[in-house]
Amino acid sequence: RYYEYMFGHSWRRTWGRRPLAARAEPELFQLQVVIEAGDPGCDRHPHLASSEAYHLTVTEPVAVLKAYEVWGALRGLETFSQLVHEDDYGSFLVNESEINDFPRFAHRGVLLDTSRHYLPLKSILTNLDAMAFNKFNVLHWHIVDDQSFPYQSIYFPELSDKGAYSSNLIYTPTDVRLVIEYARLRGIRVIPEFDTPGHTQSWGKGQKDLLTPCYNGGQLTGSFGPVNPVWNTTYDFMTKFFKEISSVFPDEFIHLGGDEVDFSCWKSNPEVKEFMKKQRFGTDYAKLESYYVQNIVDIVSSYNKGQMVWQEVFDHKAQLKPDTVVQVWKASNYAHELSSVTGAGFTTVLSAPWYLDYISYGQDWKKYYSVEPLNFPGSEKQKKLVIGGEACLWGEFVDATNLTPRLWPRASAVGERLWSSSNVTNLEDAYKRLTNHRCRML
Amino acid sequence: AENEPSWETPCSELLVYVSTPGCDGFPSLDSKESYKLSVSNGSMLLSAETVWGALRGLETFSQLIGRDENGTYYINETEIVDFPRFPHRGLLLDTSRHYLPLRAILETLDVMAYNKFNVFHWHIVDDPSFPYESSTFPELSKQGAFNAMTHVYTASDVRTVIEHARLRGIRVIAEFDTPGHTLSWGPGAPGLLTPCYMGKAPSGVYGPINPIVNSTYQFVTSLFQEVSTVFPDFFLHLGGDEVDFTCWKSNPEISAFMKEMGFGEDYKKLESFYIQRLLHIVSSLGKGYIVWQEVFDNDVKLRPDTIIHVWKEDFMQYLNEMANVTRAGYRALLSAPWYLNRISYGQDWIAAYKVEPLNFAGSPEQKALVMGGEACMWGEYVDVTNLTPRLW
Repeated sequence: RYYEYMFGHSWRRTWGRRPLAARAEPELFQLQVVIEAGDPGCDRHPHLASSEAYHLTVTEPVAVLKAYEVWGALRGLETFSQLVHEDDYGSFLVNESEINDFPRFAHRGVLLDTSRHYLPLKSILTNLDAMAFNKFNVLHWHIVDDQSFPYQSIYFPELSDKGAYSSNLIYTPTDVRLVIEYARLRGIRVIPEFDTPGHTQSWGKGQKDLLTPCYNGGQLTGSFGPVNPVWNTTYDFMTKFFKEISSVFPDEFIHLGGDEVDFSCWKSNPEVKEFMKKQRFGTDYAKLESYYVQNIVDIVSSYNKGQMVWQEVFDHKAQLKPDTVVQVWKASNYAHELSSVTGAGFTTVLSAPWYLDYISYGQDWKKYYSVEPLNFPGSEKQKKLVIGGEACLWGEFVDATNLTPRLWPRASAVGERLWSSSNVTNLEDAYKRLTNHRCRML
Repeated sequence: AENEPSWETPCSELLVYVSTPGCDGFPSLDSKESYKLSVSNGSMLLSAETVWGALRGLETFSQLIGRDENGTYYINETEIVDFPRFPHRGLLLDTSRHYLPLRAILETLDVMAYNKFNVFHWHIVDDPSFPYESSTFPELSKQGAFNAMTHVYTASDVRTVIEHARLRGIRVIAEFDTPGHTLSWGPGAPGLLTPCYMGKAPSGVYGPINPIVNSTYQFVTSLFQEVSTVFPDFFLHLGGDEVDFTCWKSNPEISAFMKEMGFGEDYKKLESFYIQRLLHIVSSLGKGYIVWQEVFDNDVKLRPDTIIHVWKEDFMQYLNEMANVTRAGYRALLSAPWYLNRISYGQDWIAAYKVEPLNFAGSPEQKALVMGGEACMWGEYVDVTNLTPRLW
């Protein structure tokens, strides 16, 4: 595909003109790609500790791209393709270069939300291409939420039967496999998020007795709240459900969500209140939330999967596994949150300043570019726990008709911030390169 | 099953009756766009005075058609008498900040028709680029376009836009904004723009059109002669916004002229001097004109049939401006609360929808001077990759 990227979109060909110039000297005949590890990883999936470093030497007659693992070779191939340019006569040129490159942060992600609006496969795949152009390596797939449940589950087909917007707005097992493989070929991990116990309205359509029934003055209102944490059946369901998820998604991590749990329904429910008493949680419903989350963490751990959670799970003091990744998303005083999370010894991923769904007029890419993730009070050891960040494109106002122009090239600013060295901060220089990069991506 | 609609005899024909069609003409500000639509037992009738009304009715008719689970197309029994509240319902596209390929413009015209817009305000040239291929002054686009081969509108392109619009009952009002917003005119028209001075010497930078030399007015006359022929609508938009006086102030010849004319330090008088001559030129070409509000705000002497385009949005002051403009007896167009290029998070359509253009203190006669308004999609951050989802 890189051959096509470099030579297939010749502007001369676009305008119907044949290449003019004779072959120029000196000529670059070949790009040799050398992968040094015994097991290059070509048949595996990328993971957090994958090596993405590469060494690129461009000189005549043969350029050499060396990387330890295939993932570094992919990054180097992307860079090489960006170095190749076309002159006014239709010749393809590349400058003699020596590049030694590796990412600053290992977790560089984009969050897509396919619940608020369904995103057809094509949108997701196009987005994976764009991510690869920007050296992103994680697709955080926020696949289900309150509004719809498009994930077609094998064990629980009713979830999407009743919970999807419609029968054709779903992701079949084949669709999911396609996304995972398409991503893998670009060195992108797919981390699915099945957000509970809040954000689960759509789950209740296809799974009776999962969500908490709400009460008003002792009477059932007919509406439902978060997942019911007091019934055993909840955990039976989650055990089976996450067994499936663990086998469908090969990444070592699953995102469990855990954000914005509204306690009012729990507070109204007599069984829940009874449970609170028995557990001696008093009126602290955060304790109930933590009780629930801890159970899910145990379930998911038993399938040998690591967990990512939104910051509330940490804030509400749930007991987490030491390798849990806490995702910081609340914008107000996120530096303080980073201090707390890393201070408690957890690895963290930053999203708070990178909610790209919050559009505004003008060159907002500058504010995304200017974020310095390690700008928080903390020791060197703490700062090492920041493994990266994610640009989030929540779907309330996004579907296939506007996803690409809304996300790109603004997300490119985040991509560079996460890959490049901390001293690459000059906005004028970034502007020049970003405008070129945008045209190249088009 | 209960609640099944009783299907009447299938209707196979929509009869369209138009009393004075005018199919070969162009729509105008005075065009009648009213229509009647009657759908009943096996008969569907759309009647209108002009073809423009018929087009509006056809759009409505197309929106009334539903399709059930079996694939049957149906339409409810309907009786509609409809006409627009405002005769000027426009959309502004900016093809200077970013070039928009023809297909983007034509597609926009299609969607305008779905929404009964009837004016395409083509802000065709500005500071960043001059994509309009002029037959009188070919150097303007040769030197001023982003790319003289690929980023221009040929005479044929312009004709295509005008005809595509006409077939949808949409007027095309071209804006050649002067004397400010003209940097791209400079390279192709040497001597047109004011040379700015740094102390005693020219700085190499240029400002607005030079209002004190005769060559300017010769140029403007020739250009607008061409523009008046190319664009059939009665109205031309002459711009006149955001004229920066700093360059004029720096130029010694202009300072001398100011003294000669007794304008003192009031450069608004110089701006008026230019605009008045421009308006005179355009009138003698038999065209009416629309100008941005500064022209009114700066006390330029205007013809009574000038239309003032209100665009400044400072803390809801635009309603005051609408009152002032109409009190002075001029017709007004509202755009201030409808700068759709100023995107923000969430359902911003609501703020646009809530605007009440006549919400200002004034007599009924004043309010009758409000011709309508325009949604503006300025192009600083817009090109073909994001125009459609940003605008609609």
